[in-house]
Amino acid sequence: MRAGERVGITAHVASVLGSWGLTSPIYFPSPVDIEYGNDCLLALQRAHPTRIRGYCVVNPNFRDHAEAELRRCLGEGMIGIKLAASRRANDPLLDPICRIAAHYGVPVLHHIWQHRQREYPGQEASDAVELAQLARRHPDVNFVLAHIAGGGDWTYSLPAVRHIANLFVDLSGSGVDGGMLEACVESVGVERLLWGCDLTIDTGWAKLRYLEHILPDSDLQLVRWRNAARIFPPGAFESD
Amino acid sequence: MRLDVNTFLGAYPFRRVPGTSPEALLRAMDRVSADRAWVSHLPGIFWRDPAAGNPWLYQTVERYDRFEPVPAVHPGMAGWEGVIAEARERGAPAVRCDPTYYGIDPVGAAMRSLVQRCSAEDVRLMLAVRLEDARQRHPNDRAGELPPWAVRTLIRSAPGIQLFVTHADRPFIEEVHFGSTPAESSRILWDICWIWGPPEDHLETLLRTVGVDRFVFGTGQPLRLPETCVAKLDLLDLTPEHRRVIENENALRVKPAWPA
Repeated sequence: MRAGERVGITAHVASVLGSWGLTSPIYFPSPVDIEYGNDCLLALQRAHPTRIRGYCVVNPNFRDHAEAELRRCLGEGMIGIKLAASRRANDPLLDPICRIAAHYGVPVLHHIWQHRQREYPGQEASDAVELAQLARRHPDVNFVLAHIAGGGDWTYSLPAVRHIANLFVDLSGSGVDGGMLEACVESVGVERLLWGCDLTIDTGWAKLRYLEHILPDSDLQLVRWRNAARIFPPGAFESD
Repeated sequence: MRLDVNTFLGAYPFRRVPGTSPEALLRAMDRVSADRAWVSHLPGIFWRDPAAGNPWLYQTVERYDRFEPVPAVHPGMAGWEGVIAEARERGAPAVRCDPTYYGIDPVGAAMRSLVQRCSAEDVRLMLAVRLEDARQRHPNDRAGELPPWAVRTLIRSAPGIQLFVTHADRPFIEEVHFGSTPAESSRILWDICWIWGPPEDHLETLLRTVGVDRFVFGTGQPLRLPETCVAKLDLLDLTPEHRRVIENENALRVKPAWPA
């Protein structure tokens, strides 16, 4: 939050991935760890109601638990759903989660490995093509492709999501490749870009500084916050 | 003054990268208030003879007084000693060698000869650990990353060698620094372009444990946004003195005095 203050971040939309590997794998969190992580975030949200808002993390492999956890956390004021890499993005097990997202009017943020050409240890990674399949099945839900700068071949992801109107691209991640932001603007347009940091606020700030040079102010405001305000529930942010 | 020791000119073969011309680099430097830049010829890294890009590099930097050349040298090519001599004659702040991109052993006889010659000639040597994130590289971009043990070996190969190592992350730097004697590690400068800044504690920790006097401002632009290095420094609670040391004094301190 201190780093965010320096950057000028007025609201962090965050998630806690279980116990971060302590008692179950980061990307395959157990139900107990999921509740632990979500409870931590709910506590943060209560402590900082205008500055921290939460994504509810679930593991789709535990269907009943996932549905109950979503109702609990969204009922307590979380404003989105976070799916990491517990189950492939195009798997039918994600459909009931998306139906709950539609019911509550919240977006689904899905962690993506930009170009999944093989299996990776420690996660059941998905790529943009697989997330696009899920987004097509649920046109009434907004999806966030996280994170275009999170590593992997982003040149593969962008064409895959170009025409998926309910799929937004978040710019977060440690990657700061020259040309990446221009490619994002060209491929999906400023109306479907979301500014974010992931773990590295310094790279998020750098991308924002660069965008200030290549976008007119009206477009910059879309990326900075207006697009996000549009896909999260009304009233999610103090400035709404 | 802000000196960027890690910049490139020229096209990248594996994806479209904007801003590779001298004029574009100057504009990018203006964006981040960088006064001067040490520049390398990017396409040459992938050529059979990387030194073939040096004439263009020298001609280009002569036209722009904010640039200084970092010519490339391939110690497996005949006549490489002449590249060192020319770099010295032209006042280059360093020469660069990217052994894994050249397809040569990073600690083989050729590299050790290069290090010994640079040491004897009082020429600084720049090495890049990587140019892009391994997770996103082109399928045909298969050169390995420079391993930490190569840096440890090279720094021991000549008592006077001064290395600039770019694009290294925290684990790499820690492995080399704490795997070297204080005398050895004092001859290595690290650029900050691949080190995570706040809220992650990587850069803050390294400045405390390895020392402020071991780091230089290098961005890797235009392959990477130069704004990142400024942002990570802005997010730290650095004294003006420490900031100045990183942004120019450490690099200038080891820059050779020649030519007169």
